[in-house]
Amino acid sequence: MSDAAPRPAGARFLANLRAAPRRLAQTAFRSGSPRTDRTRSTFVFGNVFLHLHPVRVHRWSLRWATTWGLGLASVSAFLITLLTGVLLMFYYKPYPEAAYLSIKDIHFVVPTGRFIRNLHRWAGNVMVVAVLLHMARVFYTGAYRKPREFNWVVGMLLLVTTLGLAFTGYLLPWDQLAFWAITIGANIAQSPRELTDALGVTGWFDPGGFQKLILLGADDVGAEALIRFFLLHVMILPIVMVMLVGVHFWRVRKDGGLTRPADADARLGPAAGIHPAFTEAPRKTYQLAAIVRGRTPQVGRGPEGTLPSMPHLFYAELAALMVTVFLCLALALASDAPLKELANPAVPENPAKAPWYFLGLQELISYSAFMGGIGIPVIVLLGLALIPYLDREEQGTGAWFGGPGGGRLVLGAAAFGFASVLALEAFAIRWGWIREWWPDAPQILITFVNPGTVLSLIYALYSLWLVRRYDSTRAGALGLFTCFLCGFVVLTVIGFHFRGPNWDFFWSPSHWPAH
Amino acid sequence: MTTHPAPPGAGAPSRLDPEPLTRRDFLGLSALWAAGATMLFAALGIMRLPKAAVLPSPSKRFKVTLPASLGPGETFVPPGRAVALSREGGEVRAVSMVCTHLGCIVKPDEKGFHCPCHGSRFRADGSVEKGPAPKALPWLAVSAGDGDTLIVDEGKIVPASRRT
Repeated sequence: MSDAAPRPAGARFLANLRAAPRRLAQTAFRSGSPRTDRTRSTFVFGNVFLHLHPVRVHRWSLRWATTWGLGLASVSAFLITLLTGVLLMFYYKPYPEAAYLSIKDIHFVVPTGRFIRNLHRWAGNVMVVAVLLHMARVFYTGAYRKPREFNWVVGMLLLVTTLGLAFTGYLLPWDQLAFWAITIGANIAQSPRELTDALGVTGWFDPGGFQKLILLGADDVGAEALIRFFLLHVMILPIVMVMLVGVHFWRVRKDGGLTRPADADARLGPAAGIHPAFTEAPRKTYQLAAIVRGRTPQVGRGPEGTLPSMPHLFYAELAALMVTVFLCLALALASDAPLKELANPAVPENPAKAPWYFLGLQELISYSAFMGGIGIPVIVLLGLALIPYLDREEQGTGAWFGGPGGGRLVLGAAAFGFASVLALEAFAIRWGWIREWWPDAPQILITFVNPGTVLSLIYALYSLWLVRRYDSTRAGALGLFTCFLCGFVVLTVIGFHFRGPNWDFFWSPSHWPAH
Repeated sequence: MTTHPAPPGAGAPSRLDPEPLTRRDFLGLSALWAAGATMLFAALGIMRLPKAAVLPSPSKRFKVTLPASLGPGETFVPPGRAVALSREGGEVRAVSMVCTHLGCIVKPDEKGFHCPCHGSRFRADGSVEKGPAPKALPWLAVSAGDGDTLIVDEGKIVPASRRT
């Protein structure tokens, strides 16, 4: 036994026990405490929850005017709905009658239940708005262009999933509003019959009837439909959503972060007060994520114009989250989620209105169920998804409206879009449509010639004219997107405010007849 | 990849000839296709589930007795059913009150029916007067039961050719 003999086992045990908390932290966060830019980079790179972020982020991406934080606002609102949705599931019972009573319990009895339900409802609405604005931002800054084409398509799927989540949640309270909105929705799913009836093939080819049957699980809205919508709302669509959001984020990273104009560095000016992580060529190369800029690792070159994500990007994300939370909280405190009388399958709600984001479609449905509910939405979504594959230009990427001159084009298109939808709606409201002039008109004629299809055609022709006039596909895309945005806004406002009982036109809801 | 000796009699194999499939590759491909087919059939089996073989709807046939006071041109709606019954000559007519547009329940009025959801109007015989309804309200089969009782079958539509 010499002096170098190991300490007794008991002492070693005690020393290990004392060191256990420190070692636990070290093994959990292997990169050590993130105090310098380099250790922060390693921290972000090595953390499963943070590694979806870039280690360094370009200054252009951190400007508010680049994105207005709309993508982050969308995902923040989604997180709020996830959290509040799980809380609501403690009390919600997906059976007719019981569902209605459980929502009443949540509203009147459960501590904070009313507030949580309001928050869930408002976060869902905020999410729809944020997703639509995010799409407009991506479109108007040309951020769907190469190499981001497919991510725009993923964005379309996310939009559909968002609307699907909003719609399936609408039935769950089992009140009059819910019941009749879903009855209408299910019959929209059945509306391809409008076409198959006209062709006389419904007897053996009935996709509409099949869709309705799969959606409702029965002939009418009942217990089967409720459990199916519940399953879609709390299980299937959230899983789809989380997976698509993951793909969306992943591709943002792989496509080189946010879009920026080619001259972004020049426009931002010299980076005052920024200490680049590398004052000389990096000593290590591929191991360090900090050298990754753009889409390929650039060895031997400092990442000019970029800032460490930690803390700069994280602060920006936190700010977007906080603004969204504040907005949802304020709305939830100011306004209660509605709950009408218990669903009554014998008496329709009058007017039976869908949630606001579907009222533009409902306005079109009041002319043709198939075109308004399925035909035109599908055409619009396919058209949107095609945009990046038709617009292969590169000029003006990353700049709002594609740079100088684009603003005027968009204003012109907005004026045209508003004028045509207002004129067409005014005509149809004042003089009616084909069935009023010719009661025995064949349905197939109305299916193909109704305000919705006429408006789409006008917009498409206008956009083709823009393509020729400016000799640019981008100009046509800008015009078409702006027109459809205007059409969506006007039809939604008409459906929301100007339509009353029997879907008649009223200047104000105060003019509705008492019933 | 193992190379096979050229069959006797043939010339030296050209590099342009397709390589013969080795046994190992063949087995691997077979396994891949078998796995794919298994997944496909499993998916088809899963997709079979959501469409029930028997629908949980209540019976669509019901018995009803018309009130004696029901005059010509008046309609009677049995409680809980979306069917309008009326006397036409010596016969009884049953018109479905489910709107052919998007499934709302129409309301009888003096001229026929109107739909509260999207403003469709129907005449008393169910034919469309004003859109957006794409087709007329169907007539439902009525048969005589015991005594004054009638049996209405909501699942059975009277074709236009057999209307009287």
